[in-house]
Amino acid sequence: MNILYLLIPLGLLLLGIAVWGFMWAVHNGQFDDLEGPAHRILMDDDEPPSVDAPLKDKDK
Amino acid sequence: MSKDNQHCFHCDLPVPKGIDYSVNIDNVVRSMCCPGCKAVAQAIVDNGLTHYYQYRTDNNNLSRQLVPEELANLDLYDNPAIQKNFVRHSGESNKQAALILEGIVCAACVWLSERHVMQLPGVKSFQVNYSTHRAQVEWDEDQIKLSQILRAITEIGYRAHPLDPKRQEVLYRKERSQSIRRMAVAGFGAMQVMMLAVALYAGDYQGMDVNLERFFRWVSLLITTPVLLYSARPFFIGAWRDLKLRSLGMDVPVALAIAGAYAASFWGTATNSGEVYFDSVTMFTFFLLTGRYLEMMARQRAGRAAEELVKLIPAMAMRIVVNEQEIIAVSDLSEGDIILVKPGESIPADGFICKGTSSVDESLLTGESLPIRYKVGDRVIGGSVNIESALQLEVKAIGQNTVLASIQRLLERAQSEKPRLAKLADKVASRFVFAILLVALSVGLFWWSAGSADAFWIVISVLVVTCPCALSLATPTALTVATGQLTRLGILTTRGHALETLSKVTHMVFDKTGTLTEGKLKLVEVKILLQSNRDECLRIAASLEQFSEHPVAKSILLAYGKTNTHIVSEAQNSPGRGLKGKVNRETFFIGNSNFIREQTQISPEQIKDSRIQVLLATQTDVLAVFQFEDVLRTSSKQTISNLNELGIKTLILSGDRQATVDQLAQQLNISHAIGELSPQQKLDKLNELQSSGAVVAMVGDGINDAPVLSKAQVSIAMGQGTQIAQASADMILLSNDLVHLVDGLHMSRRMQAIIRQNLAWALVYNVIAIPLAAVGWVAPWMAAIGMSASSLLVVMNALRLSNGRLNNTRVNNAGVNRVGIDDPDSQHNQAKQNEGLDLDQRVVSE
Repeated sequence: MNILYLLIPLGLLLLGIAVWGFMWAVHNGQFDDLEGPAHRILMDDDEPPSVDAPLKDKDK
Repeated sequence: MSKDNQHCFHCDLPVPKGIDYSVNIDNVVRSMCCPGCKAVAQAIVDNGLTHYYQYRTDNNNLSRQLVPEELANLDLYDNPAIQKNFVRHSGESNKQAALILEGIVCAACVWLSERHVMQLPGVKSFQVNYSTHRAQVEWDEDQIKLSQILRAITEIGYRAHPLDPKRQEVLYRKERSQSIRRMAVAGFGAMQVMMLAVALYAGDYQGMDVNLERFFRWVSLLITTPVLLYSARPFFIGAWRDLKLRSLGMDVPVALAIAGAYAASFWGTATNSGEVYFDSVTMFTFFLLTGRYLEMMARQRAGRAAEELVKLIPAMAMRIVVNEQEIIAVSDLSEGDIILVKPGESIPADGFICKGTSSVDESLLTGESLPIRYKVGDRVIGGSVNIESALQLEVKAIGQNTVLASIQRLLERAQSEKPRLAKLADKVASRFVFAILLVALSVGLFWWSAGSADAFWIVISVLVVTCPCALSLATPTALTVATGQLTRLGILTTRGHALETLSKVTHMVFDKTGTLTEGKLKLVEVKILLQSNRDECLRIAASLEQFSEHPVAKSILLAYGKTNTHIVSEAQNSPGRGLKGKVNRETFFIGNSNFIREQTQISPEQIKDSRIQVLLATQTDVLAVFQFEDVLRTSSKQTISNLNELGIKTLILSGDRQATVDQLAQQLNISHAIGELSPQQKLDKLNELQSSGAVVAMVGDGINDAPVLSKAQVSIAMGQGTQIAQASADMILLSNDLVHLVDGLHMSRRMQAIIRQNLAWALVYNVIAIPLAAVGWVAPWMAAIGMSASSLLVVMNALRLSNGRLNNTRVNNAGVNRVGIDDPDSQHNQAKQNEGLDLDQRVVSE
């Protein structure tokens, strides 16, 4: 069971990283809009633009 | 979305007869209801964004707000003096701004506006937040101007205006991210500590290496400490505040239990004796924080909608310095400045008129429904709307010193004094808390005097097991879920107690104009006298009424419907009374009976007062009588019958004439209808009802309803109504669909039932658990598990509210707010909106 003395501090380290990552995400506004992205993923522009309505889209 | 050609493809409003606008969308010709929708749809097609029509789940109805005047105003936002209030520089020529987007109804709107704006050269980024309807835009000032971006947004039918970052939103964001952080720390901590706790509990039974046990305890302590210091801070702050105010809130036992359990566990860890309950500390904190987070989100949503409603004061003003005009931000105005207010603009600050004469619409502030004429030397109030001609003002008061600000302060005070039931709930809670503390103390004293070593742990057990967790979660969770559901239906709950009270309502009192009716006049009959030609009379009336902004004028113009009016010379408008003008060298008069009596030589006996009517006359004869009626809301009848079925008594209290009120009451099958009431009399009636034991809900929309709204136990304002009415209301019916009231009622009753179940459970649980804990049969870990299970049960029960069906939910959004088609010139919508409410007075009130 001595391995626990290594594994638990390791777990704490991971915990620290997880908390840090979460804080970073909050700071970056990842949690600002919890509804939009769920819809956004359903909308893409896979279809080729139709001929009579040319896209003025700039390349992104 | 409509498939037929009877409804506008873009906004789904019915296409009026004889109107022919269409746009080719993906090779199918779709009909449109108005030039606004056509322009928007065409812009969408031209930009290759027709996907919008596939993705959308709700219909856009904002295109009608596309007004040239407003487009011109957008240029003002390019002015650096104005920009400094809301624009940040993020690079050499890069700028950033936050915008409020109006008209976002579904995710497709987000997609559409993002795509459209991103196509503009010079726009670096444009991101719309679907939850808050706010957008962040970053652009290159060298390539594009802010006004062009705003114009592009307007082009596709949304309205954008800059958001002053000093306002609420920044605070909201901060509050939100802080509580997410607290929750995260508590959540991660709770998971880790729980893992260790399971090992420790197992160790109690199966035996465990002593060193390992000590190690686990220290690690748990290490994880719990930040949870206690960071995540649980709000509870300590709350408890401290409560104690300072000498009251006992829920925070006090929570803070005591958390601090006590932590301190004792710390002691146990340090001395390697007794038990440790770090798991209880972290889990408890996490659960409570989650509950509060949900509550906060609901509150913010309500607050945000309210912020959008308050747009009385314009952002900029035209200052005159030595005969030159300059645009400055209103916040930069100072006393003594001379400002120019053009017709149609809101007055930015209180001041005296130093040049010009005009009528001013103060309906938003004072409830005076008709514009008032002011001349040089008169004082005008900031937030009112200048109607006729340009005015120059000397600024007398700005910001917090204005009348508008003081009205807002009054309202805030009234609001803070209001919720009696909330106070009662607090009182009960504080007694409960006091009782818990007393029980815990006496139990502790008993065991201590009995010489038990476990006395302290028994006290903690009592505190944890009774911890008002279930109690304190029982109401807020149910409230939050119900509030969220209702918001989705378009019923905004702005006060916590509103739903609770709504479920107990016995009487529902309606205002007439603007509530049961749409508050818009419709020409229902043209009575022709003297064999004159009906069409000709209407044509003359329409020609004259072109010079008026009054709702009567609008409905006459609408009824006439054509554009070939006569040329009118020497037109003179007496606001609120009538007009006179020359058509084909003959002078005509149109107006209320008093106006005709004064202006013409017609003998008074020939002019009868009757319902809402306007007369057309020459110098000697009355030619025609125009009868108007206020249009009944489509949903009124169903709502009233549904309410009657639910056993709720419905009443009308109105300022309108008794005959009109009676007629309406009969139509709607309402037995008690009282008309001709002043606001004070309405209040008296309400008092009468209340003293006979009735719980009254008041539904209203106008300024004159504001006092009654704040006196009723629950008040509901119409979304179209005046801001002051909304400010004093507990709930706002954003959808303007009265049927949703019934949904609200159902929801509130279900919520009440769930709250009762929750409280009953909490009671049963506490009654069983407290004695067991007091006797010492419950170890703190059992108490913690019992508490968690109990609160979980309560939360789950409350969540049942979110998946129930609502009876009256209708997909029909198109019935709402159809200003656009009825009203070809919607330029002054904002300013005029409220004039329609009491307009009967133009004709009736003499």
